[in-house]
Amino acid sequence: METIEPISGHKEKGGDEDRRDYTGIRDGAAVIKTVALRAWFGSLMALKGVDILIAAGAVTAIIGPSGCGKSTFIRTLNRMHEGVPGARVSGSVYFAGQDIYDPKVNPVMLRRRIGMVFQKPNPFPMMSVKDNVLAGIPLQGTRGSAGDDVLERSLRQAALWDEVKDVLDKPGTSLSGGQQQRLCIARALAIEPEILLMDEPCSALDPIATAKIEDLIHSLRGGITIIIVTHNMQQAARVSDYTAFFYMGELVEYCDTDTLFKSPHKTRTEDYITGRFG
Amino acid sequence: MDNRKPDLLQSRSLTERWISAALFACAAMSVAVTAGIIMVLFFETVEFFRQVPLSEFFFDTQWTPLFDQKHFGIWPLIAGTALTSFFAMIVAVPMGILIAIFLSEFAPERLRRILKPVLEVLAGVPTVVYGYFALTFVTPLLQGFIPELAGFNSLSPGLVMGIMITPIVASLSEDAIYSVPASLREGAIALGSNRLRAIRHVILPTAFSGIAASFILGISRAIGETMIVAIAAGQQPVLTLDPRVPIETMTAYIVQVSLGDTPHGTLEYNTIFAVGAMLFVMTLAFNLLALYLRRKLLKGAL
Repeated sequence: METIEPISGHKEKGGDEDRRDYTGIRDGAAVIKTVALRAWFGSLMALKGVDILIAAGAVTAIIGPSGCGKSTFIRTLNRMHEGVPGARVSGSVYFAGQDIYDPKVNPVMLRRRIGMVFQKPNPFPMMSVKDNVLAGIPLQGTRGSAGDDVLERSLRQAALWDEVKDVLDKPGTSLSGGQQQRLCIARALAIEPEILLMDEPCSALDPIATAKIEDLIHSLRGGITIIIVTHNMQQAARVSDYTAFFYMGELVEYCDTDTLFKSPHKTRTEDYITGRFG
Repeated sequence: MDNRKPDLLQSRSLTERWISAALFACAAMSVAVTAGIIMVLFFETVEFFRQVPLSEFFFDTQWTPLFDQKHFGIWPLIAGTALTSFFAMIVAVPMGILIAIFLSEFAPERLRRILKPVLEVLAGVPTVVYGYFALTFVTPLLQGFIPELAGFNSLSPGLVMGIMITPIVASLSEDAIYSVPASLREGAIALGSNRLRAIRHVILPTAFSGIAASFILGISRAIGETMIVAIAAGQQPVLTLDPRVPIETMTAYIVQVSLGDTPHGTLEYNTIFAVGAMLFVMTLAFNLLALYLRRKLLKGAL
């Protein structure tokens, strides 16, 4: 594996330069485990061998400068990465006792257990608020009527119920940006995933809408495993239990959030969180 | 280089003025020609309706302006047009939309780049070729299955017309489907949908107004199509919905009178303007509807 070039002649703190994981998460407590995970866009290697354990029920933040591979990383976890033309993945991602890159694994079924929220709110424009929340039903082709209780539960979990309960039949796109994003979260929660991937969910939102999403992440903690990519280090510090710092397609440091922001083990992490680069 | 600062009051160059005037003249010309066509159509139509009451035009069921017993009911011609257009759409709608879905959702980018121009070449085949294709190939072929099918009929030219407008429908629908943002496609896939369900529940509904516009422009082409029906559908204005017998469309009637020996300025001659005006109103209405739907698509998608 390539080693990371030191940035400005700093020496690494501590002796163990190869160590990246300081979380102490063991296999038994992990819901996802990646082994030598690499991802490409055409000939560009965006992930250069990532080994990480994601703790079940926790909120894990992925931080790092633009182009560090953090979005690519979470998109490999529900196999969305391969939908991009020319994209490729190698290595393993273990979830539910399976390597999800095993040819026998059906990615469609995988995505029913690992939900995703995107950077920009993407409610379906021809559907009402209600139909957006319940969109998983026709899209998965599931029969039976998972009706109004799923609707209300999902919207409450997404902290949106009180704001939209009277406009359930209006188009989803008629809501404000922040509401649309929470609608997309409700839509993802309605299919009851075990893991929720959030790819910079607040980057298109104003501070108030951002605060609402962070509150909702707090309220979801424990019930569902959340992996959130964020550009915003304060946000990572506020919402997550563990934080992984990515740089140039590699995992540099993975640690409990408090320690990572207060006393990082790696110089490069310190440089990034103190704003010396990135 | 000149060191002086540009003079704000220097007049615009003469060439530039001439060019903009020339361009304006070109634009004005096309508007004037259109206005001229509409005016001729209008005055001749008014002339026709001075002699034939509107009620006869719209309520009589026979169209026999060239016979001794003159009847001026437009319905046989509308029925002929509707019948051929209907068969055309039966072919063009499913084929067009399936081609569009394949091209935008399944075909690899390279194949798409080859197939789309090929499709557009198909739209460029002269319609007279399609006409003879209908008359000399499709009709005999269909007669193998439907023995009662007359040599001239509405079924065969209708189907061939469908082949002719399929590229238009496919190309416009493909544009509409392709313009659905990738984020919606990803949103559906991330909810555990397979591609077919994502297409059915998210992509097609989002592109709906654009797809509908492509159908309507297809209908409008079918209604206005002349050569195929003039050659292969016959020249018998009968009020029928039987696809096996000869009929006459509005366009084919106009051809018949224009090419025949009907003297200029007579009532018989003026019928073609009344029919033409009818045709114009119908296609205009369809085109406006399509325009409205496409505008709605552009607004709705973003």
